[in-house]
Amino acid sequence: MSFPWAKHYEPKQPLMKWLDEKLPLPRFVYNAVGAGYPVPRNLNYFWNFGVLAGVALVCQIVTGIVLAMHFHSSAAGAFESVNVGIMRDVNAGWFLRFAHANGASMFLTVIYIHMFRGLYYGSYKAPREMVWLLGVVIFLLTMATAFMGYVLPWGQMSFWGAQVITGFFTAVPVVGEWVQVWLLGGYAPDDATLNRFFSLHYLLPFVILGAVILHIWALHIPGSGNPTGVEVKGEQDTVPFHPYYTAKDGFGVGVFMIVFSILIFYAPDYLGHADNYIAANPLSTPAHIVPEWYFWPFYAILRAFTADFIIAAKLWGVVAMFGSILILFFLPWLDKSPVRSASYRPMYRIAFWVLVVDVLILGYCGGSAATPGIVITSQLASAYYFAHFLIIVPIISRLEQPKPLPNSITEAVLAKKGGSQVTETALSA
Amino acid sequence: MTIAPGGDVLENPRRRDYLNYAAVSVAAVGAGVVVLPLVNSMNPSADVLALSSTEIDVSAIEPGQAIKASFRKQPLFVRNLTAAEIAEADKVDASSLRDPQTLEDRTKEGKRNWLITMGVCTHLGCVPLGAGEGENRGPFGGYFCPCHGSAYDTAGRIRQGPAPTNLVVPEYEFTSDTVVVVG
Repeated sequence: MSFPWAKHYEPKQPLMKWLDEKLPLPRFVYNAVGAGYPVPRNLNYFWNFGVLAGVALVCQIVTGIVLAMHFHSSAAGAFESVNVGIMRDVNAGWFLRFAHANGASMFLTVIYIHMFRGLYYGSYKAPREMVWLLGVVIFLLTMATAFMGYVLPWGQMSFWGAQVITGFFTAVPVVGEWVQVWLLGGYAPDDATLNRFFSLHYLLPFVILGAVILHIWALHIPGSGNPTGVEVKGEQDTVPFHPYYTAKDGFGVGVFMIVFSILIFYAPDYLGHADNYIAANPLSTPAHIVPEWYFWPFYAILRAFTADFIIAAKLWGVVAMFGSILILFFLPWLDKSPVRSASYRPMYRIAFWVLVVDVLILGYCGGSAATPGIVITSQLASAYYFAHFLIIVPIISRLEQPKPLPNSITEAVLAKKGGSQVTETALSA
Repeated sequence: MTIAPGGDVLENPRRRDYLNYAAVSVAAVGAGVVVLPLVNSMNPSADVLALSSTEIDVSAIEPGQAIKASFRKQPLFVRNLTAAEIAEADKVDASSLRDPQTLEDRTKEGKRNWLITMGVCTHLGCVPLGAGEGENRGPFGGYFCPCHGSAYDTAGRIRQGPAPTNLVVPEYEFTSDTVVVVG
């Protein structure tokens, strides 16, 4: 948002003046992420994760384009081009491949933290509903992209993942079978499937990039939220994005890169599945097939439905799995509480942490074999997941007595630092 | 009275609205005609559709054994049932099943021991275990799908788990005592 006290772009060099009159791109950047964008002064490290997601996206696009230069998208050649060509022969190919594979895990990790940040601090509430909606769209696109990328090496997990995930659509009555055949371009995953997934895996990141631009645009209309959930009241509540948050985000990116490097260099296969080092075999499904870790919670919800009830269990599972994400689209209207931040919402804060534990339990179940105990646990955890959004949050938002909010961001900051009211009054005067 | 931008008096101004509808309709049809091949190009191509039948020699399959063949790039289970397995399948009351079928419905007359099904779990398409030697055949002694825990009985019927129907029996016929043509 352009607060009245936002700094104004003033080109000094003749070239920049000339450019500003013809195409004011530097002015645009200055107002978006430069000193022209005032940001609340009290953002904590959870506000780093938007930038980290952006960095992860750029890492994936760059390593992806390079890997595409060495990849053969055919059922006969894909596995070898990845596991022999890229890993052994291409210069630094092993590094690029591991960076891209673990980059997906890093991407999803920061996105999950980013989303839970939004859930805790009420970032989805008015006037930021559109930011949240676009974020859910980006999340869906990211999952589709990650899925299609995982198919490309054409290992066992790739092949059977493609079979199962396109199989979701067969649960749809009447047209379902046709949709799966259309998606696969045949009756089982084969050349046609691999080729189109390669094409779409290349396309979707650029769609994500476009959605990210809209996401940032939508955020900059109301301006960034903050941990108190109290809106900016005046200049004393904000600092210019540059250099204050470019520096803080830069530090976050450094930590991100350290973690990323540890993964690539010391545990490149820790998050992957060993069976994807076996070439795809259309006649045999591995006994211990599980999806990538970032799909585990949703996979657990899919598997939780084992009995027919009005509609077939298979359709229930698919509807519930997609529903668990689609429900996020309605969150801004399910949570009626006018208070944004969970710091001032004692009941919601408990519900939030129970949800975090619930999603971790779902994740654990999704990664385990479907034994009766795991299935029952998934059923309970799935039920709680939906209850959280459809029952608990709407009820809490009506019953809860929130704690008193600070009068301003600055007051909250000074109270935390033990500053006196006098200093605060002096500052805001 | 309606005056056109040029100053002409239009006797029937709705004729211009008609032109508008006509132009937009033609554009919509044109756009649709372009979208159609874009979508249709992803349907199975001619070489994929040119799938013939598969001939399988079953002479080497002893009772109690099964083989995995490939039919239309998908696995096909050919099992020679033992007398005990047939008895177990007959013992079940078919009307109590999720997908009610008897062993008769699923085999050819006089060839009740030959259970020929697609090796594709009807849930989300994994290959169930049980055709290979020593594989987990699940609680009902038929097939067990490792992906989401669907269990099939000795007639390949769904008994437990999320799969909605029995393993699909493709079209096939015995051309001799030892040769089956599938498809």
